[in-house]
Amino acid sequence: MSAAPATLFLLVGAALFALGIAGVFRESEALRRIIAVNVMGSGVFLFLVAIAARGGGRPDPVPHAMVLTGIVVAVCATAVALALADAAHRSDHDDPDGGTR
Amino acid sequence: MTGKLSAGILASGVFGALAWAVIRLPTPAPGLTDQAFGALDASGVTNPVTAVLLNYRSTDTLLELGVLLLAVVSIWALGRSTGAGFGRPPGPLFAGLLRVLLPLLVLFGGYLLWIGAFAPGGAFQGGALVGGAIVLAVLGGLSPSRFAGRPALLRVGLTAGLVVFASIGLAVMLAGGWFLDYPDGFAKTLILVIEAAATLSIGLTLGCLFIGGEPTADDRSEPSS
Repeated sequence: MSAAPATLFLLVGAALFALGIAGVFRESEALRRIIAVNVMGSGVFLFLVAIAARGGGRPDPVPHAMVLTGIVVAVCATAVALALADAAHRSDHDDPDGGTR
Repeated sequence: MTGKLSAGILASGVFGALAWAVIRLPTPAPGLTDQAFGALDASGVTNPVTAVLLNYRSTDTLLELGVLLLAVVSIWALGRSTGAGFGRPPGPLFAGLLRVLLPLLVLFGGYLLWIGAFAPGGAFQGGALVGGAIVLAVLGGLSPSRFAGRPALLRVGLTAGLVVFASIGLAVMLAGGWFLDYPDGFAKTLILVIEAAATLSIGLTLGCLFIGGEPTADDRSEPSS
């Protein structure tokens, strides 16, 4: 891949990251913030894959491996964040069935 | 209102700084492409991404399996799940579709695990398909309380990836190498064993993350282990 399309993808990745930051600070609902953090993560993944393509010729496998690792960590972090948000929501509403779903 | 305005200014500033950095990136691009492809013959696999994940930087992947386990432990610490929130499957057609789809998903998970040595694929891709199969099965009416029937087996499955990976890492030290420094000629076999255990653990972990809460029997009694 030539340098110009890689630069476009790098800029789109940076834009996604910035959009995610705006979402994290603008929104007050936990669910919207979690989604915003995921948008930031998608921006980082796109950025890393584009970085791997910058050299031209064979893409660099190291950023690809970092993205694979990052996706799994992002899924885990999102799941824990959702569980925490759910627990906080239930304790706010004083659910008598709080311990069990 | 000022909060939203300052969030917009902050995001614009971050984008501006990142765009400036992107435009000023050095050319030719630095990277580890040559080193990664150069050592491929000794790595035991021919897919460079798998070589990075399970040979050059295998400590990253080992710790990543630890993160997966940590996520399940954290969610289980927050509560139990009987699956009461999932309701009934949407219709009889869905159950019929699942009968065709679930075996195929597990089969393709195994295929992705095997092909990961030569082409895009590997433990995470295969594990994602297995995890997707569990999610579909739960949506199709498989009660998560069924997982509670064999709590020890579920825990063995969830920890298998981390335990096998760390054990192999320590075992090769007995052979005189460093931690996770595969002996010559054994790399392919060891990587496949690690990836097989990791696929199982990743699939089960993703399924458990979706269920949310430790699976428990419907009568809310303590699972006997």
